[in-house]
Amino acid sequence: MATEWVMGLVGGVVIGIAVSLMLLWNGRVTGVSSIVYGVLVPIKGDLAWRWYFIVGLLLGGLSLKFTAPELLAVELQTKAWIGAIAGILVGFGAMLGGGCTSGHGVCGVSRVSPRSIVATIVFMTAGMAAVILLRKTGLLV
Amino acid sequence: MKYNIGALIVGLLFAVGLGLSGILQPANIIGFLDVFGKWNPTLLFTMAGAVGVHFITYKLIRKRKTPMFSKDWFIPTRQEITPALIIGSLIFGIGWGLGGYCPTVSVTTLASFETRPLIVFVSIILGMLLFWVLDKNTNLKSRLE
Repeated sequence: MATEWVMGLVGGVVIGIAVSLMLLWNGRVTGVSSIVYGVLVPIKGDLAWRWYFIVGLLLGGLSLKFTAPELLAVELQTKAWIGAIAGILVGFGAMLGGGCTSGHGVCGVSRVSPRSIVATIVFMTAGMAAVILLRKTGLLV
Repeated sequence: MKYNIGALIVGLLFAVGLGLSGILQPANIIGFLDVFGKWNPTLLFTMAGAVGVHFITYKLIRKRKTPMFSKDWFIPTRQEITPALIIGSLIFGIGWGLGGYCPTVSVTTLASFETRPLIVFVSIILGMLLFWVLDKNTNLKSRLE
């Protein structure tokens, strides 16, 4: 269990370095939902770097698949149809709320943005409520 | 080109960080949110690590006049708490808790070539497109700002 905490922290530090490089190099917030949305609904001249970022995420995922596949143990904790509803809520909510765990939760909280701090508290609380609901209804696998 | 390669390296590092932290596994997300069950604090350590580093680097980097590969900064400056922010984050959080997937994790885990992350990823895209259509036709977001 102690190893999990340490690895959690180490992974977090690597994520912190990644978003710092995005700021230092490109002057941008690493908001992944906005980056993906900008590919779906492109603005002229603001597209290429988004694809490169997404390819980077996939290359990172692939490197894990070949070196430490246990880190990519991706089974849902719920039934697949709940996962599908969950995804729709995540995609819709992130766009309405202007960010997700990366943009608000990591980048926004780091720069002490009141909007991001509020968003993070709201989505964490809502997530906890959703898990309670899953548990009460016996849908948590 | 530096700009694009920079974004690629950031994406790669981010994915590796997610993997190391264990939070590509939905069990660790649900475990963190499951405060009245068997609580798993891993995500808290990951958030602490990421925010801890970036809280310091943000201040240092912003002392520069410009980023290295760009003429301008692209950083949100808004301060006001709006209904769109609250309602959107509420909807996002419910989905995050129900599935255990955030957008970053859903993209990264596509590399597993397994079906379940693909289901979540496709539905996230559908959710974004639903937002786009609804917003275009009803000005949903600006009405809630």
